[in-house]
Amino acid sequence: MANVAETNPVTSTGGPSWTRWLVVVVPYVWLILFFVAPFLIILKISFSDTAISIPPYTPVFEGFGAIGDFFSQLDFENYVFLTEDPLYIWSYLSSLRIAAISTLLLLLIGYPMALAMARAPSSIRPTLVMLVILPFWTSFLIRVYAWIGILKPDGLLTLLLQTIGLMGPDQQVQIFRTDYAVFIGIVYSYLPFMVLPLYSALEKMDNSLLEAASDLGCPPWKAFWKITFPLSMPGVIAGAMICFIPITGEFVIPDLLGGADTLMIGKTLWTEFFGNRDWPLASAVAVILLIMLVVPIMIFQNQQKKVV
Amino acid sequence: MKSPRFDATVLTLGFAFLYIPIIILIVYSFNASRLVTVWGGFSLNWYSAMWSNQGLMDAAWVTARVGVLSATLGTILGTLAALALTRFARFPGRMAFSGMIYAPLVMPEVITGLSLLLLFVAMGVDRGFWTVTIAHTTFTMCYVAIVVQSRLLTFDRSLEEAALDLGCPPVKTFFKITLPLIFPAVIAGWMLAFTLSLDDLVIASFNTGPGATTLPIKIYSQVRLGVTPEINAICTILIGLVTIGVIAASLTTKRAEIRRVRDEHLAIRGAES
Repeated sequence: MANVAETNPVTSTGGPSWTRWLVVVVPYVWLILFFVAPFLIILKISFSDTAISIPPYTPVFEGFGAIGDFFSQLDFENYVFLTEDPLYIWSYLSSLRIAAISTLLLLLIGYPMALAMARAPSSIRPTLVMLVILPFWTSFLIRVYAWIGILKPDGLLTLLLQTIGLMGPDQQVQIFRTDYAVFIGIVYSYLPFMVLPLYSALEKMDNSLLEAASDLGCPPWKAFWKITFPLSMPGVIAGAMICFIPITGEFVIPDLLGGADTLMIGKTLWTEFFGNRDWPLASAVAVILLIMLVVPIMIFQNQQKKVV
Repeated sequence: MKSPRFDATVLTLGFAFLYIPIIILIVYSFNASRLVTVWGGFSLNWYSAMWSNQGLMDAAWVTARVGVLSATLGTILGTLAALALTRFARFPGRMAFSGMIYAPLVMPEVITGLSLLLLFVAMGVDRGFWTVTIAHTTFTMCYVAIVVQSRLLTFDRSLEEAALDLGCPPVKTFFKITLPLIFPAVIAGWMLAFTLSLDDLVIASFNTGPGATTLPIKIYSQVRLGVTPEINAICTILIGLVTIGVIAASLTTKRAEIRRVRDEHLAIRGAES
């Protein structure tokens, strides 16, 4: 990408230097102001006292002169609290566990789908891609809501199982408000995010490699593990990261489908903020979550750069 | 592993999984009975109930305004960002800039929402319509940037160069040559931005204020109280709008693509003769 631009520095669309720089500066400043600055503030508030920052909230960030005071005011109270109360540690661990299992499930379901799409006749491929994208465009909330009616004890799944005789008339499906419902909801909502990167990796693959392998007597399953899967690794990594990172901080799905014992950090943060109105503690929860996700985010960014 | 039957089964099951819940949701919005498991006959009751629910309608209006405004701002900023990434090989902090474009795509919404809220509070801004709009602009511009960037990377630069060589000022070149060529991607980016804004619950919940309740916030608060067919009705309408929009956009893109290929072909032939 950089090379393309370097070969033609004169033809950059900007033109006279001030319009040229406007193209860069406007989005840059916007992102620094509304994406980077908030992180600095969240960091600052996570170190501040609960008492002064509870709403009605006195701004703690008083201009840049305050940076000097920043270090003198550092207060690890919120972080110490997070390590003392097992609720938070369990929330983090449980989020990572749910995200890891869901990502694995998504790979297991998404990979065969992406492979089948990539091997379909090229005339129907755009339609298949469209069919995967369409649910992704419909609201997340609506798709999670749709599962409530299916999974709840007096819902459609119970009715179906009773009708086909797998379940007695007095029995009910006990999935709603458990971790199982959360897994179903996550897999359902994130499936397009997994299938699309896998598909774009698999679609590019050179079929002659597989033909060569089969000509040389390699059985198909072995050819898959030796050729197809390793070549699709960029798609696997991209898909896994695109799913794993947001799932870790997921709030809507555990809140609507999970039970009281479904611990996820996004939900804990939400309760801390909207329920207990403890903003500094919520900030500390967010900072730790972000630190946990730094490595996956770096992997994702490197992968994206290679793809572009 | 070349087995068409296996592939067909996988795709059938996969798409059934993706679509059956949505179809059920739509079907039950026409159910006369309040119960999910009982089919009480076809009825449009829930649509009229939804229509006369003032709170829901107000929320829909707020959402529409936030969506149009933030998608438009996000598209302008995102297109500029895409130009910056593809047309400027070097500028200070280029790495950081591309990092800022990719990070919001995977950032958990609770973090983005909470951090922006704290910024607005620190700046002393009252939360409401504008704070939600700014929040949505910030995360949608990154999606637009990715969509437009992929288009900018694949198109024929020689057309731009020809215009510049013939003395066309760069800004004019952008509006006469570049923008028309990337326009389908810009439109797709706008649509994506609009739907993302329409869908967002978490970021809006953190950054909203009195009088700026968006539709997802309203739907969420009703869903927490239980399933009501009224919600099915509004969801069905949203699904319908999005489906029509996506299909229309993809048809327009396809037509524009065909025309573009033909035009480029003609231009090349013209240049050769």
